[in-house]
Amino acid sequence: MAVDKNMKVLIVDDYQTMLRILRNLLRQLDFRNVEEAADGGAALAQLRASSDFGLIISDWNMEPMTGIQLLREVRGDPKLKHIPFIMVTAESKPENVIAAKQAGVSNYIVKPFNAETLKGKMASVLGEF
Amino acid sequence: MAQNPENKDKVDRLLGELQKSYGDAITLELVGELIARLSAGSGRKNLSPTTERVFLEIEDLSRFIQDAKAEIAALRPDAVTEEYLPSAATELDAIVEATAEATNTIMDAAEKIESVMESVGEGQSKVLEEASTMIYEACSFQDITGQRINKVVKTLEEIESKVLALVNAFGDEIDRVKATLPADEELKAVTDDDLLQGPQLAGQGVSQDEIDRLLADFD
Repeated sequence: MAVDKNMKVLIVDDYQTMLRILRNLLRQLDFRNVEEAADGGAALAQLRASSDFGLIISDWNMEPMTGIQLLREVRGDPKLKHIPFIMVTAESKPENVIAAKQAGVSNYIVKPFNAETLKGKMASVLGEF
Repeated sequence: MAQNPENKDKVDRLLGELQKSYGDAITLELVGELIARLSAGSGRKNLSPTTERVFLEIEDLSRFIQDAKAEIAALRPDAVTEEYLPSAATELDAIVEATAEATNTIMDAAEKIESVMESVGEGQSKVLEEASTMIYEACSFQDITGQRINKVVKTLEEIESKVLALVNAFGDEIDRVKATLPADEELKAVTDDDLLQGPQLAGQGVSQDEIDRLLADFD
């Protein structure tokens, strides 16, 4: 089944420049229906307000709610748990990756990353596009 | 020590004075002081050799502690918490702000490049897209540097709390050292090293226009 590039994508990061980078890279991949949140709490509120998001791309290191806390909330919510969740973070220790996997992450990208890696990881969870 | 009733009375009286002044917080230095006062009097003649040895050790320890306090106070840990650490944190914040601003400017330029893609041929459009992608990828440095700087700031905050504990413990001694400093340090001659201030924070340096005006005043 072809990937619907009109799907709503939620990008979550407390650094405005990273949100802008992600938005631009997603636009280059033709994903233009992008919403932003600056921390896990705001992201969760947006997800619960409208549960038709097709993908979540989130940083880990945010306050007050971190990316992994957001992931656990999403996976614990019957209305949200189906949404693919990609962690994009500078946290690169094996224990981070293991913790994210145990929490139900769909894929994991380490910063700094390039456009090809982003596309590849998105394709691995959404299907080729 | 308590073999001589006269000494016992003296000790009890001195201990009573200390208790009144310091409550239960009687430090080793105060004990050393007490012993020194006792030893200055005639009481020392009646002490056993063992007791005398103990008194000497406590006096030495008390002197050592006093000297150590004075040395630590002379290092001016209060200047670390009041001046150096806050200044370092401010400079680091300025780095994050400046790099964020520069990154946004670079991305403005990349977005402008992308906006002309549709008005050029396919080959050139591809080149422009690749160039702008490289720019966006490179700009993620600002996120990483920002996180690293935040780690440094947290470390500085930890150091500051430890040094503050030191300042609180040695408050009196630090005040004594500060009182001995020359009052008008600003009147010292300015050296070349004093002129090496580095970049100024927003609102603290002078603009190019102001520099040009200053230079014109010399003409």
